[in-house]
Amino acid sequence: MASQEMEQLVRREYKEGFVTDIESDTIPPGLDEGTIAFISQKKGEPEWMLEWRLKAYHQWLKMTPPSWAHLDYPAIDYQAISYFSAPKRPEDRPQSLDEVDPKLLETYEKLGIPLHERAALAGVAVDAVFDSVSVTTTFKEKLGEAGVIFCSISEAIRDYPELIKQYLGTVVPVADNYFAALNSAVFTDGSFVFVPEGVTCPMELSTYFRINAANTGQFERTLIICESRAQVSYLEGCTAPQRDENQLHAAVVELVALDDAYIKYSTVQNWYPGDEDGKGGIYNFVTKRGDCRGDRSRISWTQVETGSAITWKYPSCVLRGKDSIGEFYSVAVTNGRQQADTGTKMIHIGEGTRSYIVSKGISAGRSNQSYRGLVKIGPRAKGARNFTQCDSLLIGDQCGAHTFPYQEIGNSTATVEHEATTSKIGEDQLFYCQSRGISEEDAVSMIVNGFCKDVFQELPMEFAVEAEALLNVTLEGAVG
Amino acid sequence: MSDVQTFLDRLAERTEARRQAHGQEPTWIAARRQAGAARFEALGFPDRRVEAWKYTDVRAIARGDFALTDSAEFSPASAAALTLPIAAHRLTFVDGVFSAALSDLGELPTGVAVLPLSQALAENHEAVGGPLGRLTGVEFSPFSALNTAFMEEGAVVRLAPGSVVEKPILLQFLSRANAQPVMSHPRVLIEAGARSQATVIEHHIGESEAANFTNLVDEVMLDRGAILTHYKLQEASLKDLHVASIHVEQGRDSRYTSFNLNLGGSLVRNDLVVDLNGKGAEANFNGLFFAQGRQHVDNHTLANHNAPLTFSNENYKGILDDRARGVFNGKVVVKRDSQKIEAHQSNANLLLSDRAEIDTKPELEIYADDVKCSHGATTGQLDEEAVFTLRTRGIDEQTARGLLTLAFAGEVMERVELEAVAERVELAVAGKLPERFNLSGLVEAAMSLHDD
Repeated sequence: MASQEMEQLVRREYKEGFVTDIESDTIPPGLDEGTIAFISQKKGEPEWMLEWRLKAYHQWLKMTPPSWAHLDYPAIDYQAISYFSAPKRPEDRPQSLDEVDPKLLETYEKLGIPLHERAALAGVAVDAVFDSVSVTTTFKEKLGEAGVIFCSISEAIRDYPELIKQYLGTVVPVADNYFAALNSAVFTDGSFVFVPEGVTCPMELSTYFRINAANTGQFERTLIICESRAQVSYLEGCTAPQRDENQLHAAVVELVALDDAYIKYSTVQNWYPGDEDGKGGIYNFVTKRGDCRGDRSRISWTQVETGSAITWKYPSCVLRGKDSIGEFYSVAVTNGRQQADTGTKMIHIGEGTRSYIVSKGISAGRSNQSYRGLVKIGPRAKGARNFTQCDSLLIGDQCGAHTFPYQEIGNSTATVEHEATTSKIGEDQLFYCQSRGISEEDAVSMIVNGFCKDVFQELPMEFAVEAEALLNVTLEGAVG
Repeated sequence: MSDVQTFLDRLAERTEARRQAHGQEPTWIAARRQAGAARFEALGFPDRRVEAWKYTDVRAIARGDFALTDSAEFSPASAAALTLPIAAHRLTFVDGVFSAALSDLGELPTGVAVLPLSQALAENHEAVGGPLGRLTGVEFSPFSALNTAFMEEGAVVRLAPGSVVEKPILLQFLSRANAQPVMSHPRVLIEAGARSQATVIEHHIGESEAANFTNLVDEVMLDRGAILTHYKLQEASLKDLHVASIHVEQGRDSRYTSFNLNLGGSLVRNDLVVDLNGKGAEANFNGLFFAQGRQHVDNHTLANHNAPLTFSNENYKGILDDRARGVFNGKVVVKRDSQKIEAHQSNANLLLSDRAEIDTKPELEIYADDVKCSHGATTGQLDEEAVFTLRTRGIDEQTARGLLTLAFAGEVMERVELEAVAERVELAVAGKLPERFNLSGLVEAAMSLHDD
């Protein structure tokens, strides 16, 4: 896509969204100290938070966008983006499902999404789409009883400043990378989870509940803290293709696990991938990192990435605590003109740390996909252990699959294994299925799902079922 | 004065001296030297922000002040001790300078030419000008640019279509312990005609106190059906600096087998690039690096599958002791429409010390779908259970460890068909292990195990 077109897309969005109606809570595109002060003020943030944001902004000015990824996209004009967008007012949204793109509805149908949820996902302006208020309330009560804090990051900054001061930016420092610095300066929303000592969170937490309450911004910031012996499972995103007007997404997720804590973070990402030529899709530049600070702590990342025009994402674990464990399970599917450069980093610092990586990549159409991973074993990580398996499946002769696994091993007691394969669906496999009366499309879907099984079984039950359906929808038309 | 300028000044001196001694060079060489110098000046020495040099610091080279030499003097007795005990057609170079006295080509089959680059240029420079620089241009790396600017000597091997060389061709590079370190920029050209067959051994060795800089470029062209086995046995002194860029181009149904065996050198970097341009071409990369002390050994390999039905196989083993550092970067690229490809890559590393480090990166870049590609990388230590098993057989622990280390190297070594080379490596690996790994003891232990 030419940079001009990109620019137009970015501009068009704001023309429709804001220019006609400049209220006090929208600001024109552009980024400077004033923008940041505006965001901070809008969020009712204390002085120290503004300072923190400005520090990040000044860092960001000194940095350059990363160019090492195996991605091809025009330069992004950061001054053409509006950094604070109020949610669309009800009268601007579609008034009923009839006004929604039928293609989108068809997809919902295929995914088996309940009727009452479809409207919410499509952004229909119906207040009580389903009984979200009461759901949220019971849900909050239950969490409150357990002592779990689950709220938006803005609320947390207001209500729990001590926790924010103690943890925010300690896993992903503001100057970590270009997009993290940008996020630190301008983030507008996200989740905050705090699970106190010894508590196992009574339910799986999901942004899904929160989405109905507040619009998630394009610069999301999530912070999850598990104290000693605490446990939480967090689900991000949902399988349904989400309408989103923002083209650039630069989220930061920070996880902190203290002694014996366990954080399980699952993501299903299915943002708009753009049309057949890859125009208009979401750019997803995400920094996700978990810090196993405590001994025997464990952080597990599971992701199913099917959307976005560009995915740049490396959920990582810093294994600091003795005997801590990091896990990464990923299925990435690209079709059309999608590009994904994703993987993980496992930084072994503490003694006896273990990490496990399973990455499955499926490329179809004219898409390109890379696994980029780092396993680093420090000199003090005695007896550290890593196993990495990354497999790629190619569907069609116009796609690409690449692997760039880095291993830096500075300890003779470490054992590190890496295996990778790249292949296509075997003709004999297809023939075998077809000879038993299974159609070609079903056979492909079966084989693909089998290929991803190791990862799907890590997903929470409901997610896993949806993920399988999602895979089939994404790969539709890729075969034959 | 910058590091780059030191080298450029040397180049200017050298060019002037050459002009006075031999008059003007052919214009094409002068032009390439100029291009090489310009490219080198523009690039400078790579720093660690350059991805290809992320793990290798070349400051030891950049900050050096290396002279150039015209003398090929070397004591025949010590040369004989260093030479591989093998019947071969031999060309010897001392610090990059051709030594007729230490060379022994013997009788070459008809249609086969093995000669020093200087002689090939003197006889017919135009015949050299065609292939030279075709595979390794000045763009490849600052070191290839530097080689192009400085190159004077090296070897030219030409195999006429259908010719078969029974005995190996041995290119021996000796490094002397000089008062001032010297540098050499050898250029090796191998043109294997259709269906020709040969084994080329490149042997880099020298006096134990030598501290020179060798910057080698090999260009190897295999025509239809040619079969070439290429040994590179690098056992330079532990102070030598060694950079090598090897480019291979393969035609239809040709087979190239590389043995990249690295035992010496303080800073070693090998780039091996193979272009599989014809259907049915096959490339085999076998590698072994053994490093101890503060040695740094970096191996980069790249297999470009540019045509359908091409095959590549790679197996690299690293053994690292003390504070040695090993780097492995293997890459397989499958071009669009290069279907029915098989490419396999494996890198296994053994760390014998807590302060040794290995950085490995096996990469795949694939743009075709009907492919079978795999890669694997492992790093570990000796299997304690295997050590224990041997100990229950009455073998002391040190011997057991020595045996297992040898066995680890053995996986690559058993493919080496030349006994003289295999023995050299095995002895070097075993001999280089501390005193406790007594080789005869190992052999005895192995024998007694066998008797059981």
